[in-house]
Amino acid sequence: MRPSINPGSVPRLPRHVKLRHDKARDRWLILVPERVLVPDDTAVAVLTRVDGARSVQDIAEELARTYEAPVALILADSVALLQGLADKGFLAVMEADHA
Amino acid sequence: MPEDHADDFQLVTRAGEDPGRSYGIPLAVLAELTHRCPLQCPYCSNPIQMESASNELTTEEWLRVIGELADLGVLQIHFSGGEPTARRDLSEMIARATEVGLYSNLITSAVVLTRDKLAALVDAGLCHVQISVQGAEVTLADRVGGYRGGHARKLEAARWTRELDLPLTVNAVMHRQNMHQLPAIIDMAVEMGAARLEVANVQYYGWALRNRGALMPTPAQVEECTATVEVARVRLHSVLEIDYVIPDYYALRPKQCMGGWGRQFFNISPAGKVLPCHAAETITGLRFDSVRDRPLAWIWDHSEALNAYRGTGWMPEPCRSCEWKEADFGGCRCQAFALTGSAGNTDPACARSPHHDSIFALAENEASEDRTRFVYRNFSGGTAEAEPT
Repeated sequence: MRPSINPGSVPRLPRHVKLRHDKARDRWLILVPERVLVPDDTAVAVLTRVDGARSVQDIAEELARTYEAPVALILADSVALLQGLADKGFLAVMEADHA
Repeated sequence: MPEDHADDFQLVTRAGEDPGRSYGIPLAVLAELTHRCPLQCPYCSNPIQMESASNELTTEEWLRVIGELADLGVLQIHFSGGEPTARRDLSEMIARATEVGLYSNLITSAVVLTRDKLAALVDAGLCHVQISVQGAEVTLADRVGGYRGGHARKLEAARWTRELDLPLTVNAVMHRQNMHQLPAIIDMAVEMGAARLEVANVQYYGWALRNRGALMPTPAQVEECTATVEVARVRLHSVLEIDYVIPDYYALRPKQCMGGWGRQFFNISPAGKVLPCHAAETITGLRFDSVRDRPLAWIWDHSEALNAYRGTGWMPEPCRSCEWKEADFGGCRCQAFALTGSAGNTDPACARSPHHDSIFALAENEASEDRTRFVYRNFSGGTAEAEPT
């Protein structure tokens, strides 16, 4: 099952998805099986904060402060962006803590 | 949103570099570690004249080359062969690739893999596994691979791959004798937990050319195969991604081979030769440079073989004045050589090639014949399949 992303989700990049800044081409890239994705600036801002600890809400609030933009707007964009990756199998979420 | 780039050309140029250049920074490299393989598939993409183990690059040579790849700007390395796990130093190479930031992919027959071996590769940083299948059920699959028990081992290795939390791609090479099993192969790929399935029709050079009469599908089979893929893509949306390569002989337009000759991809042979594709050595008269003699960066820029068919300047008519020339780069040089005797001709897969009609007729003719016995791939020039008992 591909995960469904909501503001409370804590996303992480699975080991087969590598976000990296490529020196030779001077740009951010996402390496996945058999393919290279080119994230735009918004995607880079979100994905560099995806660490398996911060929730989508945390990330959106942080970006809202940094870029002085409305949280609701950034949150909606972030959920859509992350859901798109999750649908392709390129994003996982941390399991909820049942303790 | 991150976008899938069907054409990655903007990626192959350095910042500020002219995107009109005939080549740029290579994206991916196929590292053929060895020609040794327990399977004997009659359509193997290795050359008929295989490289012996004693000529293979050493561990030290590969570790150096992997570093040079990263320096050159290569992003992904596909460990292949032959059977790459036949090399005992594979995990060292994957660890090196990880260390220098390369994304590593294993392309394997999986029949000599063990769970411990695979776990060691995962620990070294392996990112993705591709397992080949020869059919949907054991009798046909083991016969095509020429290896009894192989099919069952592949299913087991697929399970380990998923248990170790690596994404799996299933590679299915299709031909006249297994095409009827495609619907079952698609279901099997889902059961194996694959995220991707490559349905690739045989490409006819090397071993496959020798076996063409036993492999060539009929036009009706190809039509059915295409329809099966289209229906499955809809049904399995977001479950299984299906890549589909139709057979050239029945195409109207040639494929853009390897993203263009020497443009964004290369292959390193077991002995260290740098090739624009895995079949390029079938073209006689081209000189390939070796990583044993020259630094990779020099080879990428100056290799006679890589420069021979880069860009569009080498093209004869009908390519030269064709509006598609920068879309397909004239198709496959190996196929042009195999079918017309000159690698500089238009790929006969193209309907504008003067050879196209005769190639199509030849394919249809061979497909209608009843040859079924294979010549199996091996180091002694091939062995004819035994008569059925």
